[in-house]
Amino acid sequence: MTHEGKHDLLRIEDLRIAFQMQDHLNEVVKGVSLRVPMGKTVALVGESGSGKTVISQAVMGLLSRKGIITGGRILFRDPKQPDKEIDLTQIPRDGRVYQSLRGGRMGMIFQEPMSSLSPVHSIGNQVEEALTLHHGVRGKAAREATERMFSLVGFRDAAWAYDRYPFELSGGLRQRAMLAMALICRPALLIADEPTTALDMTIQAQVLKLMKQLQQEFGMAILLITHDLGVVANLADEVFVIYQGEILEMGEVDDIFRRPQHPYLKALLKASPSFDMAPGERLVTLREVPALPPSRKLREVPRDQPILEVRDLNKTYRQSGTLSLFGRGGSAVRAVDNVSFDIRAGECFGLVGESGSGKTTVGHLIMRSRAADSGQIMFHGPTGPIDVLGLDSGELRRFRPNVQMIFQDPVSSLSPRMTVLDILREPMIIQGDLGPEQQRNRAAELMQLVGLDPRFLNRYPHSFSGGQRQRIGIARALALEPQVIICDEPVSALDVSVQAQVLNLLKDLQQSLGLTYLFVSHNLAVVHYMASRIAVMARGRIVELATRDQLFRAPRHPYTQALLAAVPYADLDRPLDLQALELTSASDPSRWPGHFSGPGLEMVEVEAGHRVLMRIEGIGAKGEAA
Amino acid sequence: MFTFLARRILIMIPTLFITSVLIFTIMKLPPTDYFETYVAELQAQGEKADLGRVEFLRKEYGLDQPATTQYVRWITGFFKGDFGYSFEYDRPVSDIVGERLALTILVSFLTIILTWVIAFPIGIYSATHQYSIGDYGLTFLGLLGIAIPHFLLALVTMYFANVWFGLSIGGLMDPKYFNQPMSWEKAQSILSHIWIPVLIIGAGGTGSMIRKIRANLLDELQKQYVVTARAKGLPPGRALRKYPLRMSLNFFVSHIGDILPTLVSGAELTAVVLSLQTTGPLLIRALQSQDMFLAGSFLMFLALLTVIGVLISDILLALLDPRVRLQGGSTR
Repeated sequence: MTHEGKHDLLRIEDLRIAFQMQDHLNEVVKGVSLRVPMGKTVALVGESGSGKTVISQAVMGLLSRKGIITGGRILFRDPKQPDKEIDLTQIPRDGRVYQSLRGGRMGMIFQEPMSSLSPVHSIGNQVEEALTLHHGVRGKAAREATERMFSLVGFRDAAWAYDRYPFELSGGLRQRAMLAMALICRPALLIADEPTTALDMTIQAQVLKLMKQLQQEFGMAILLITHDLGVVANLADEVFVIYQGEILEMGEVDDIFRRPQHPYLKALLKASPSFDMAPGERLVTLREVPALPPSRKLREVPRDQPILEVRDLNKTYRQSGTLSLFGRGGSAVRAVDNVSFDIRAGECFGLVGESGSGKTTVGHLIMRSRAADSGQIMFHGPTGPIDVLGLDSGELRRFRPNVQMIFQDPVSSLSPRMTVLDILREPMIIQGDLGPEQQRNRAAELMQLVGLDPRFLNRYPHSFSGGQRQRIGIARALALEPQVIICDEPVSALDVSVQAQVLNLLKDLQQSLGLTYLFVSHNLAVVHYMASRIAVMARGRIVELATRDQLFRAPRHPYTQALLAAVPYADLDRPLDLQALELTSASDPSRWPGHFSGPGLEMVEVEAGHRVLMRIEGIGAKGEAA
Repeated sequence: MFTFLARRILIMIPTLFITSVLIFTIMKLPPTDYFETYVAELQAQGEKADLGRVEFLRKEYGLDQPATTQYVRWITGFFKGDFGYSFEYDRPVSDIVGERLALTILVSFLTIILTWVIAFPIGIYSATHQYSIGDYGLTFLGLLGIAIPHFLLALVTMYFANVWFGLSIGGLMDPKYFNQPMSWEKAQSILSHIWIPVLIIGAGGTGSMIRKIRANLLDELQKQYVVTARAKGLPPGRALRKYPLRMSLNFFVSHIGDILPTLVSGAELTAVVLSLQTTGPLLIRALQSQDMFLAGSFLMFLALLTVIGVLISDILLALLDPRVRLQGGSTR
């Protein structure tokens, strides 16, 4: 792999990067060597904190002022001048040579397409700027070239796109605009730093397809920086696995996936849930965290009885887009549209959908943290049925211990000014059933339950890692001994290895405490691992509801099928079917076949326990009814 | 955009109405009015007041009428350009305020320009060279400017100007030109006097402006789109001007709304110390002596300027920021 070659576009040799701390240097990249051959895609895979992004910044000359290259070389050989090799560590970061390389010969796209674009300049302006800068093209010619680029990256109306501002576009379109900006000067190297991590599954598949297409068209090399092995399997030719600033393993994509050598890589491959897992199979975590089983079984739940019945739930948000003279008027968005489902005691009910599908709102409506417009939510607790939406504020407070919530972002969901003990005690103080000493004991017990040392109770959240913080969030949700926990994307902000730990913990707790989960996620593999029954939401409606096996074996609704087709497997034998992907949004009802869209749709039971949103007359024609 | 404007303008009406009622109520709150105080004062000094004239003025200006009638009379007059009558000066309010207002606006305008001209480059330098020696030094100077009260600075300056140079720096012009028609000599006299109050009043404003620009720009420099601009190959200076500087203008433009009222009412204490012929000392005196039309109309004028200032900065903001223009106010 390390042979010298004239066909290497980029060669990094023994690169060391350190950050200037108060009084010492903190080395984050410790002698990394890698290469990117011309026209190939090389993936740099690692978890957060592994140094992968720092390497990409060093290549682009975008290290922050505190970042210092302490050793090694970054050699760039421009295909236009194949005999000349530039050592990028030796030229000034803000010098002329580097400026003409950046954006001209090396383009970069980032994870967050919204914050990466200036909100007050139109995307046409921002893309054209690169062209003017490097090729001196101005005026009409520049506009035409920019619009051609917009068509290439999949904007259907390029002239329209030119004048749009980033906030007027969806996440997928923004990332296309970023791609257009990076590629407008036809660079030899594209550095993509987690290019699809912030995107929905179906959009991710489209962007991956686009990157592959454009790579062939422009003959450029891609340095792909990601933690997602599914993306790697679908895009990369060569893979470098980085851990704590060191390359642990490298090779052709085939070797990496079929013959992994290093224990870290082997563990990483097993840590992410896949659809092939047998029921009851556990994820293998990199570092097992022992959690104490609870000292007592909390309660016996009557299995398979519905514990939560949701009927005809509706929620409409007014959009603040247009302003009338007195107050806000304008169009309304139906975030939740006639949603009905049952959650059975002791099960994990999955709720899957892309951003904007209304899945999170459903969770909030059940928590009564937002008010539903209409509908009914019945909770069947030990004291008999409770009409959740009919509770007044006093009753609601007494009801609260029954249903608790775990949030997505472990950083912002814990107050940085409270110790862990205070965080865990707060719900008990509000309910007021326990004395201070009992609260303290209970908090210690909760810490052990989630695998944390009770001695940490007096620490503040900032001294914990992301996974540990999420455990604290789980402990807080357990503090009041709830029957039902709503998990709102509990692992999507976590690294793969930590994700496995948290998922296993949730599974264990469900077993030992007899909990019922409503598990909200956009990640099908995670839901597949956790849930026994799954509802798929699109545009505020449940379009399909089935057991896990039914849904993954025989999805009926076109949207479910599109979602499943867009999952990138960390498996070379099951590549994404890029040909079948369309460039439009899969959640657009007008793209669904006739009997799945239009008025008069109902949930139709196609087999026992498997219901699909469709029109009844469509069944006879298609013969799909059971 | 049109509905945005219409909404903004319509919303001014209730705002101004409530403000005018508040101003009027506060003016009416004391149990006595200007005349009673005036008569009592004269009697205390053992002089005889011309009670007939007092009665006449009371009637003439409707002070014997119910409060609501008085309010309606005052506010309709205000919008017709009749600001009422100053009892203390025995002249219409517009006569008294006239030249002083022009001078005030001149002083304040120059002060604001000076503030911007000094603060902008320094703020940008401080932000782009954060924690450098230059940043610390300029920050120190700026903090000094904020920390020293205007009037104190004015006193100190006056003292040393007198001790060292034998100069008397009070006033905005030689007193003999005040309330005289504009002439070349008068203009010269104004120019030779005006820079001192402008510098003194500007010191504090410049200091806080530097801090604000620095903080805003530092926020913007952290943003991902700055990295994108550099990744595109933009030289640092151009990247700075086009992206973060443009974004920090938002704050600057919103600030314009606050500036209009300070144009007429800024730095009263300094004006008293330096005996500037501006409106500040006039307003203070009017409030003390319960000269209700002078004070009320002046306050109302300030309110009007504030509302118009906010309107102007809203319009500028909408022109500058497409998020405001196209989403109707919600900046995310």
